[in-house]
Amino acid sequence: MNIQTTEHKRCTVIKTSGRVDGSNAPDLGKELKTIIEKGVFNIVFDMSDVNFMASAGWWVLIDTQKNCKPRGELVLAAVDKGIKDSLNLVGMGTYFKIFDDLISAVGSF
Amino acid sequence: MPTRKFSGKLENLEKICVFVTRQARAAGLDERQVYAVQLAVDEAATNIIEHGYRESTRGDLQISCEPQTDGLRVTLHDHAPPFEPDDIPDPVTDVPLDKLKSRGLGIFLMRKMMDEVHYHFDLNHGNTLTMLKKR
Repeated sequence: MNIQTTEHKRCTVIKTSGRVDGSNAPDLGKELKTIIEKGVFNIVFDMSDVNFMASAGWWVLIDTQKNCKPRGELVLAAVDKGIKDSLNLVGMGTYFKIFDDLISAVGSF
Repeated sequence: MPTRKFSGKLENLEKICVFVTRQARAAGLDERQVYAVQLAVDEAATNIIEHGYRESTRGDLQISCEPQTDGLRVTLHDHAPPFEPDDIPDPVTDVPLDKLKSRGLGIFLMRKMMDEVHYHFDLNHGNTLTMLKKR
């Protein structure tokens, strides 16, 4: 799994591509944990190139959100429609702010 | 009926997805319905691999896709110990973040994404999970 992180003044952006499923969600979780351990609690997950996310991936994001709040928060940017629909269908969309694009997400901090 | 056998490893989830995606498109499902099949099958396969087959009892997972006049029927066979999906409660997602528990979401998603979900166990054939997605 290819994961890139970019540090901005007020937040860190994390980005990956393709699928997030049970086989690679732990890698994403490890990378998010590393960001938090550096004392960064404002995180943007750029999902513009993610086309599939299973529940294993969502739990990684939920755990990250628990660790970020209340000092900061994890927000999502450019979420694929299928992913967003399934997130809302099970009622988990309410735990994240979702922005249409990366610039708005970074600008929210 | 297109059928493929996969060894029960999480690394095979992508191959499983490629297989069911091809069959779902061939059955005439639209992209939203294709995503529903991808997600439901991925959750089912993940549950079988992670909770059914454990490290010491790895096994295969056979997936069949049968086009229907009104959609696609997907059947997953495995020889992990029996389980009863109805015993697993739906996750509670209308609680504060710190109370949210990571349990039961896979089965809940399968039921939400598909039109029908049936489970059957017998000693000769093991577990059979059948899911239907209508066009």
